[in-house]
Amino acid sequence: MRRILVLAWAEVLHVARDKATLAQALLIPFVQLLVLSNAATFEIRDTPLYVVDQDHTSASRGLVTRFSASGNFTIAGASPSPELANERLLSGDVTMVLTIPHDFERDLVRTHAAAVQLVVNAEKGMAAGIVQYYASRILTRYAAELAPALGGGSAVPASTESGPRRGAAQIDVRTRAWYNPTLDYRHYMVPGILVALVTLIGTLLTAQNIAREKELGTLEQLNVTPITRGQFIAGKLLPFWVLGMFELAAGLVLGRVVFGVPMLGSPFLLLGVSAVYLVAALGIGLWISTIVETQQQAMFVTFFIMMIYLLMSGLFTPIDSMPRWVQVVAELNPVRHFVAISRAVLVKGAGLREIQRPFAILAVFAAVVFSLAVRQYSKRVS
Amino acid sequence: MTAAPAREHAIEARELTRRFGTFTAVDHITFDVGVGEVFGFLGANGAGKTTAIRILTGLLAPSSGSARVAGHDVYTESEWIKRRIGYMSQKFSLYEDLTVGENIRLYGGIYDLSREVVRERTTHMLSRLGLDAATRVQALPLGWRQKLAFSVALLHEPSIVFLDEPTSGVDPITRRQFWELIYEAAARGTTVFVTTHYMDEAEYCDRISIMVAGRIGALGAPAELKSQFDVGSIDELFVRLARPTAGAAG
Repeated sequence: MRRILVLAWAEVLHVARDKATLAQALLIPFVQLLVLSNAATFEIRDTPLYVVDQDHTSASRGLVTRFSASGNFTIAGASPSPELANERLLSGDVTMVLTIPHDFERDLVRTHAAAVQLVVNAEKGMAAGIVQYYASRILTRYAAELAPALGGGSAVPASTESGPRRGAAQIDVRTRAWYNPTLDYRHYMVPGILVALVTLIGTLLTAQNIAREKELGTLEQLNVTPITRGQFIAGKLLPFWVLGMFELAAGLVLGRVVFGVPMLGSPFLLLGVSAVYLVAALGIGLWISTIVETQQQAMFVTFFIMMIYLLMSGLFTPIDSMPRWVQVVAELNPVRHFVAISRAVLVKGAGLREIQRPFAILAVFAAVVFSLAVRQYSKRVS
Repeated sequence: MTAAPAREHAIEARELTRRFGTFTAVDHITFDVGVGEVFGFLGANGAGKTTAIRILTGLLAPSSGSARVAGHDVYTESEWIKRRIGYMSQKFSLYEDLTVGENIRLYGGIYDLSREVVRERTTHMLSRLGLDAATRVQALPLGWRQKLAFSVALLHEPSIVFLDEPTSGVDPITRRQFWELIYEAAARGTTVFVTTHYMDEAEYCDRISIMVAGRIGALGAPAELKSQFDVGSIDELFVRLARPTAGAAG
């Protein structure tokens, strides 16, 4: 035990005396958490909209007003010319064109149905989908508003370019978002981003650690001492584990204070899970470090793994919608399980029982990874 | 200097061999080092000195042959060997960002020395070397670093200490001071296994071996070897032995 402690203590001194590493470990994650948490939102506001109103009636103007008042769109230009609209769409300074044809109001009054055209620039696939959803929501609401005025209980069906024609009957769907009633993306993203940042930094520091000692030649000196492989890996893991625990705890406090992230579940349960999770995440870093020869190789492998970590974490894209085999692979991603647990505990108030499956997976992961790192580390040179 | 014939052996190597692919770095070497001896392990660059030292310290597994260090087998008991030996590698390998005292405490802890013992030996070591515990190692000149590294290698009072070119690049005065430290260790009963390519240093050893292309070309006390090969100095002997392979030595 004393060997582990003296090794860990020396490690603390290395980090404390290297200003670049110290900043990387203590400052950057919190700065990034503050910046990225504001950046990571799926909400789209102020989409530039071009209006081609060829009807010029109170009904058409009413529709335009609904768009501009929604907060999701700003009117970037208006003219009766479709050519002008196309130009703006091509140049990229508008994202959507709303075309209200002649006879819009007349058709509404006569047939209780009228068509409008929405053209969305779908270069950014997911964003286009969200914009289209906002637009059809506005159209549906406007239709519902007009229905009583037009009489006969019918409404205005609106058509998007490729969408189906909507029927006259209206179903009043009221969506209530459970666990995150205000749909604040930050409540959902902050814990995930925190986990990702701590994992990135922890993995990078541990992956470079042993590789650095190989480069410096200091590892050879340790290898001729009677220190065991397990003691060595534990001594290397311990200081970064403490650092990771501190960062997660401090990050949660920051998330609570700055972003109002809810803490419905027990923060101590989450810290308990963190303790296990960090052994897994940092163990992978040390495992990498025992395999590679140089810090550069360690960086390369770490970034490769980091991409998989993040893209298969469920942080940005839901895993449930991925192909079956990807979902199986994602089970091997510790970040994914920890992101799921942290969201469940913080936002849903989950207890130990609700998170037992991912927690058990993390525990197995930690044990396996630690043993692999110990086995991989050899006190002999090849 | 004690050149007494050793009753027991600190190191016994028999037909010890290490190959890297088709290259044989250490080629069937056989020698003994007596307890308390200062044994000089000489050879040109690339002759296999470092490979041999790595096998004996348990850092590298041999390909064939056998060796016992401090009574332990290099194949199966390398972790036992590590408790009994000190090692100073060719490349300086203490932590430069730590202070002198921190390095000593780190290795004291790893070798299971109690805090009191570490404190006591640190005080003694620092007064002997004239070093300050609070000095960062990176601030030390090379000669001081080498003396410190040697003293740290002796911290746990090993029965054998392996020194891989400890005086390489060090000025002549510091080299002499370094050899004084070696003699002090030998006088306390520590076996010293030292590689060098300074031929004057070979004269300070009880016995030497000269490696040529992985083999031992000569083995014995410096005076014996000089009369046996009829040369005036070890330097001359070295050149004579090394010449046939001079083109291959790098």
